[in-house]
Amino acid sequence: RLPFPRSIVAHLWYFEVPEKHLVLLRDGRTLIGFLRSIDQFANLVLHQTVERIHVGKKYGDIPRGIFVVRGENVVLLGEIDLEKESDTPLQQVSIEEILEEQRVEQQTKLEAEKLKVQALKDRGLSIPRADTLDEY
Amino acid sequence: MCLHVFPHDCSVLGYYCPNDLSICGTLHSVDQYLNIKLTDISVTDPEKYLHMLSVKNCFIRGSLILYVQLPTDEVDTQLLQDAARKEALQQKE
Repeated sequence: RLPFPRSIVAHLWYFEVPEKHLVLLRDGRTLIGFLRSIDQFANLVLHQTVERIHVGKKYGDIPRGIFVVRGENVVLLGEIDLEKESDTPLQQVSIEEILEEQRVEQQTKLEAEKLKVQALKDRGLSIPRADTLDEY
Repeated sequence: MCLHVFPHDCSVLGYYCPNDLSICGTLHSVDQYLNIKLTDISVTDPEKYLHMLSVKNCFIRGSLILYVQLPTDEVDTQLLQDAARKEALQQKE
C-alpha cells in the first residue's frame, strides 16, 4: 500500500496498478482511459480513451484513441473502481442515440437560458457570460 | 476527516458553467500548487454526476478549486498556529 506521508505535502503521486481513469475536463467533457503519463502540471497522456457522454441515466462511449491533455483543462482525475463500475444504474446506448439526447438537452438548456436572460433584461439586469470574463 | 471541495462552482454567481461539481472526501495529500488528492469520495448531487459513482479516489487540480470547506471541529487551531509560526521563523532564516 502507499506509505502515508508524514506531512500532508506530497511531491510525487503514483498509482499502483494500471487502472482505468476518469478525467473531467473544463469544458464539461468526460474522458475514460488508461493513464500513461502525468506531470506536475497535470498534463496527461491517456491510452484507449473513450469520450463518455451522459444524458440522464443513459450514456454513450465514443472511442477516441490516444489523448494528450493540457493540464490547465483538467478539473479532476479519478481512479475508476472496476467493481463499482459493474453495478451502476446507468444504461449504455449507441453513439447516435446519445448524441441525439445530448442535442435535445442542449436545446432545452439554451431555451431556458434565453428566457432567463430576457427576464433579467426586462428588469434592467445583465449577467456576463463566463466565457467573456478574463480569468484574472 | 471529511472535506467538501467545490471545483469551479460558478452556478451560485449565476454564470453559466458546465462544471459546478462539489465533492466530499477525505484529504489524502496536497502539493505546492494546492492540487488535492481525495480518497473515498462522494458527490453531493449524485443525480447530476452519475459517472462519478464508480470513482473512489481522485486528484483535483488546484487552479480549478473554488473553495474547500473543512469541518470546524476537525481543525486543531493550536497545532496550526504553532506550525505556521515555525514556518514563518524558518522562512526568515
